Amino acid sequence: MAFTKNASALDPGLQSELGKKGIVVTTLNQLYNWGRKSSIWPMQFGLACCAIEMIATACARYDIARFGAELFRASPRQSDLMIVAGTVTKKMAPQVVRLYNQMAEPKYVITMGACSISGGPFIDGYNVLRGIDRYIPVDVHLPGCPPRPEALLYGLMELQRKIDSQEIEKAEWYQKGLKREYPVPELGPHGLIPKFNPEIWRPRAVDHRKERYGEPILIGKKNKAPNLEAVTQAAAPKPQAPATPPSPAKTGNA
Amino acid sequence: MDIADVKSKLEQAFPGIALRPVRDTLLMENAKDIVKIAQFLKDSPDYQLDYLSSLTGADYLEYLEVVYHLYSMEKKTGPLVLRVRVKHDHAQVPSLVSVYRGAEYQERETYDMYGVVFENHPDPRRIFMWEGFEGFPLRKDYQQEDSETLEMEDIEWLEKHGIPVPQDLSAKAEELKKLGRRAVAQKPGQPEPE
Repeated sequence: MAFTKNASALDPGLQSELGKKGIVVTTLNQLYNWGRKSSIWPMQFGLACCAIEMIATACARYDIARFGAELFRASPRQSDLMIVAGTVTKKMAPQVVRLYNQMAEPKYVITMGACSISGGPFIDGYNVLRGIDRYIPVDVHLPGCPPRPEALLYGLMELQRKIDSQEIEKAEWYQKGLKREYPVPELGPHGLIPKFNPEIWRPRAVDHRKERYGEPILIGKKNKAPNLEAVTQAAAPKPQAPATPPSPAKTGNA
Repeated sequence: MDIADVKSKLEQAFPGIALRPVRDTLLMENAKDIVKIAQFLKDSPDYQLDYLSSLTGADYLEYLEVVYHLYSMEKKTGPLVLRVRVKHDHAQVPSLVSVYRGAEYQERETYDMYGVVFENHPDPRRIFMWEGFEGFPLRKDYQQEDSETLEMEDIEWLEKHGIPVPQDLSAKAEELKKLGRRAVAQKPGQPEPE
């Protein structure tokens, strides 16, 4: 991940040198970002099994409180971070986008697990959205199925690094005319309308699955069905048929 | 549970009924028979099949199948598997809700996924997919949307919401509209329809 260097930052060597002498030097940016990154309030909502790992992260053993992010808010109005933990079905996607729109600035999104990144194991399904980044901007993609609590903590640390790299005077949420709200998709006759928001997401120019495995993403369904009748008819003569062939074979071996 | 035994008992109770064993299961040739057979198996003291554990559908290309798994809580026996076959274009099976109350949601699910219409069902709606969804997604001939290609209705929606659409995406959608086709996902071993 590439972060823009904070140009107005102090020389970190000088800062630590002065710190050893008991002189604390800081900038407004550092103080401001330190406050923001140390009290990220995530939104309390889980969609599937990744939510169980998220709960484990919040519990005593992994203790997300060490990073100041233990306050899971049940309202989007009070939260800074949306952890999309789990499979986003097409039926659920409008609600997820609406929750994002309701969050106050500055807002961040972590997609947790393969499903919310790309659809994961359900990518071929008729009912699963192929990644929430089709409708809302994502800050940290966190792979895994599901990611372990350590991985979620790492994702949170990456987000803290990102917050640290932002500058108060260039922050987009203090600028005029910012409206980070995205239209909520609708449920249509074959799936969501639109299929993706081209402002945020575009189809990949190269299909990596095709490049690697020789075929594009195909839905899993084959036009094949077992013939129940044929099996029952073939199964009936089978007990009689082996009675004759094994006997010559046996004598041959003996 | 011995299928031959059940079959002879049922034939005794309902003379002229058409039953055929398929593997370890019992196929009813006439779908209308299912209600009286289920009622008989539930009430008969020999079987007491009082629990419908599963009611589901299956698409065998030539026909649709509804499969019932019956257990007896009383006798701790089961499952007895019953099958019913119907055609895709007039898939109608009588509802079992009058016999097993628990069949209600399972029949709604089978309707939602396979399009089997259950006659006399108290609440025949979709259960998983939303209202206004077209088609039955677990049928083999279901045409799944291609989620990488925008269609004309997506373009119209985006324009209505003031989102600029890139030229290449809208051109593709217009081309599809001219051909009168949907953007359909490919299946394995099956080339894209021309």
